[in-house]
Amino acid sequence: MTDRTSIFTRICALIAPLNRRGVTLTETTSFANDLEMDSLTVMDLVANIEDEWDIVLPLNLLPELETIGQVADAVTKLATK
Amino acid sequence: MTDLLSKFDPLIAERQGLLDTGVRDPFGIVMQAVLSPTEAIIDDRHTILLGTYNYMGMTFDPDVIAAGHDALTRFGAGTTGSRVLNGTYQSHRECEDALKDYYGTSHAMVFSTGYQANLGIVSTLAGRGDYVVLDADSHASIYDGCSLGNADIVRFRHNSVEDLDKRLGRLPPEAGKLVVLEGVYSMLGDIAPLAALVAVAKRHGAMVMVDEAHAMGFFGEHGRGVTEAAGVEDQVDFIVGTFSKSVGTVGGFCVSNHPKFEILRLVCRPYTFTASLPPAVVASSAASIRKLMHNQAKRRQLWDSTRRLHGGLRAAGFQLATATPESAIVSVLMPDQETTVRMWQAMLESGVYVNMSRPPATPVGVFLLRCSVCAEHTSAQVETVLARFNDAARAVGLQLAAAA
Repeated sequence: MTDRTSIFTRICALIAPLNRRGVTLTETTSFANDLEMDSLTVMDLVANIEDEWDIVLPLNLLPELETIGQVADAVTKLATK
Repeated sequence: MTDLLSKFDPLIAERQGLLDTGVRDPFGIVMQAVLSPTEAIIDDRHTILLGTYNYMGMTFDPDVIAAGHDALTRFGAGTTGSRVLNGTYQSHRECEDALKDYYGTSHAMVFSTGYQANLGIVSTLAGRGDYVVLDADSHASIYDGCSLGNADIVRFRHNSVEDLDKRLGRLPPEAGKLVVLEGVYSMLGDIAPLAALVAVAKRHGAMVMVDEAHAMGFFGEHGRGVTEAAGVEDQVDFIVGTFSKSVGTVGGFCVSNHPKFEILRLVCRPYTFTASLPPAVVASSAASIRKLMHNQAKRRQLWDSTRRLHGGLRAAGFQLATATPESAIVSVLMPDQETTVRMWQAMLESGVYVNMSRPPATPVGVFLLRCSVCAEHTSAQVETVLARFNDAARAVGLQLAAAA
């Protein structure tokens, strides 16, 4: 499934096990500030996202991806290429 | 005015909270005197050193010290310059010659630290449009090399041949690729399945760099590292290493047979834009490297002591990061930060220094007490260490498994 809505839903499902404080996941939820993820956790999440859609999401792009919505946009772009 | 240091407030608070429980700062050790490669005075106490990476015990080798003295007298205290300007002396050349002889390569480049060698080689080899594919557990210097360069960075799961294969398969076939591996991973002390990883990298047309920092001196017939032990020297394009472990000094290097290797001296910024090592350091390093070529007795001693330490801790019920002693690093898995620090302090107060490691240096959520063994450790020292591990565990109430 490569439409934006299902990608967003699936990303939230991948984040869920890492969401220890039970933050509500929205488009604007931030990985660093809201989810308080450290860099290692973020990198492990990226590996899972890459495997889910068989894409390459280079680590050097991560600084530009602060929110779940931004990641969903990036994945949508890569997965539909 | 915004205080730029306020971003560190959470860490400051965490540290203070820990220190308020009455423990000593594990990152503030001072060696008041160093008696030998395995003993120092810390807090006025005679202490066995079991966390120095001084694997071959070369720091007090008489030939190594004599070579340094001689160069200090003849060439002065420092070079005050870059390798590519006024900072290459005869002793730097001789040090690079020693490395070429040691590794049997046509080229060798000496950096001022091992950190800079990784920083420089990774950032320079892979440029815009190229890919660096690195192991998830790579050392900070490799990650920092990725940040310094302009390549796209892809990370594969630690030591997973299958994951490396999958991730390389997703990259454009025509793109330049550098696969970055380590022979020994220093946190858990595990070794890489290099033969399989290198074969996968080559099948996808990637160049391969292996960091042998924690393997030089005692892996492979000539002590060249896990690359040699795995029989893949002819497949590995670049080997990076350090002088601050088995060699016993400080500095970093890269060796290679690539015909265009020498151009890196002009384009590798962490090599070009910093001062070269002092003459005494490179002269000591060269003497040490040449001695490391012939050191069968020391290698045997190192592996014997490592096996004894690993086996003794396992038998006592400590949880270790590797089931067998894969390298000269023996890592004890600990349950949480507070127990780790208390245990570390109990060890120190009983006269044994080990490393304490915590995230983000370690893989996610892992707390460790890390031991690195030295060829100069006596069997009596190893037995003392084992006894003190048991005493310390009892003192802090660390749960040990039933005797294996």
